[in-house]
Amino acid sequence: MGMTLSQKILAEHAGLKEVKAGQLINAKIDLALANDITAPVAIKEFKKTGFNKVADGEKIAFVMDHFAPNKDIKSAGQCKICREFANEQNIDNFFDVGKMGIEHALLPEQGLVGAGDLIIGADSHTCTYGALGAFSTGVGSTDMCAAMMSGECWFKVPSAIKFVLRGKPAKFICGKDIILHIIGLIGVDGALYKSMEFTGDGIKHLSVDDRFTICNMAIEAGAKNGIFPVDEIALEYMNNRFKREVKIHEADADAEYEKILEIDLSNLKPTVAFPHLPENTKTEWSETAIDQVIIGSCTNGRISDLRIAAEILRGRKVAKNVRAIIIPATNEIYLQAIREGLAEVFINAGAVISTPTCGPCLGGHMGILAENERAVSTTNRNFVGRMGHFSSEIYLASPYVAAASAVTGKLTSPEDLL
Amino acid sequence: MIKGKVFRYGNDVDTDVIIPARYLNTVSETELASHCMEDLDADFVNRVKTGDVIVAEDNFGCGSSREHAPIAIKASGISLVIANSFARIFYRNSINIGLPILECTEAVKAIKNGDTVRCELSEGLIVNETTGESFKAEPFPDFIKNIIDDGGLLNYLKKRSGNEL
Repeated sequence: MGMTLSQKILAEHAGLKEVKAGQLINAKIDLALANDITAPVAIKEFKKTGFNKVADGEKIAFVMDHFAPNKDIKSAGQCKICREFANEQNIDNFFDVGKMGIEHALLPEQGLVGAGDLIIGADSHTCTYGALGAFSTGVGSTDMCAAMMSGECWFKVPSAIKFVLRGKPAKFICGKDIILHIIGLIGVDGALYKSMEFTGDGIKHLSVDDRFTICNMAIEAGAKNGIFPVDEIALEYMNNRFKREVKIHEADADAEYEKILEIDLSNLKPTVAFPHLPENTKTEWSETAIDQVIIGSCTNGRISDLRIAAEILRGRKVAKNVRAIIIPATNEIYLQAIREGLAEVFINAGAVISTPTCGPCLGGHMGILAENERAVSTTNRNFVGRMGHFSSEIYLASPYVAAASAVTGKLTSPEDLL
Repeated sequence: MIKGKVFRYGNDVDTDVIIPARYLNTVSETELASHCMEDLDADFVNRVKTGDVIVAEDNFGCGSSREHAPIAIKASGISLVIANSFARIFYRNSINIGLPILECTEAVKAIKNGDTVRCELSEGLIVNETTGESFKAEPFPDFIKNIIDDGGLLNYLKKRSGNEL
């Protein structure tokens, strides 16, 4: 029996010719990352074990993005722990305020992750890098600590669900609609412990940014990883950027999948996940007044997302009583938005532009919701209390829907705005 | 031996309700424990006693990779979580930090909020002392059993050198 794309990458990093679903393996990792929330726990454990040197500082990255620039004294203390440890251990990939961005937008942009890699991260959205043909998955701080100590990690080889994407998405349909549609279809544990492997003739219509969004939310279906095959679009992104050698793996023709689902992209409509689970997806809704819009995050804070937001907001105004917060995911994206005149569009529309940060996505800072408030957000989770008060509500959507909703003050499909 | 009263919850208990991100600016276990389950069951921290057991349905611990979630649960006094299924990062994290977890659909179906439950972890035996019923959970693979026996992943790694599982 052949191997899936994910299994091929795991086998290579475990030094094995073949792996099978369910097999427990130890594999060498290319990069282990953590942030200002998860790294301090890993560092605390590292020091407890009595270890004094990381296995390979070049294979570790720390990104200060969740509560940075620091929102309070305790958060500042957490970043300080990371900063001191990075200096002490010669971890050059330490991204502090001014150099940082949201980790899953930043690391691909910096060329630190790419095709054929095995990446773990103490952040659940580490699965994002599958867009470039990497096997990447979220773990906890103890796994992060073990990887810092040994350069390795244990894995249970996953089985896979294959998603065959067909056709061309209509105007206003982007990666977010595709992944929300899929999560609505299979549920928040529909891919539990499994790989989500995306293929089909429809993927040629998906930009790298669309693919990042899709793989980013694989975890929202419970998946271990999401992954695309490497094509010209992915290669073009990695060219002159990716710092290691591109390794292209392909799924075997006789690879076994638990399920194969065909998705016709041409049929998709702007899709919104209603509170309080990403699987509560709808394409039609009754009038829903909102208080806040967030356009940003590791899911949708990339330049193409900001271009979409500007396309909608150009010459329009954010509705009265709505706060529209736009968060470029990295400094490079921020600068690009300024160069392209997007920043001016946002400010003229009455939106605010924030420094790169995860901030409001996880209820940290920069846009917390009060009691009973509602937000339309391009982020990834709409759990109870995720963005603020436990009675507040989050509607997950694409940047088209979020920007259109900012203009009308209610949950709005972009088709209804024009 | 594990023994305590049951706190019963439903499907998809996520890590944001187990420990809201607004409290993630610390690594203090006692501080994390003082906010455990706050957005789902505000009274949990006032009622939980050392040894108590959480019983939930599908996909327990879904969402974020924050290890603070199993840490908060363990530090609150909970001695065991029984569920139909666990989200995979939460599953790994619990094993890695030594929070006992068991998957057992029959037990989840039968055990009610407030029941007293006893568990022999090595055998996967769960006894509902309130009703007298007993259940057998799926055993862990040997590799995971060894991590649990060693008291978590880092102790396991320290004990063993090299690559073998």
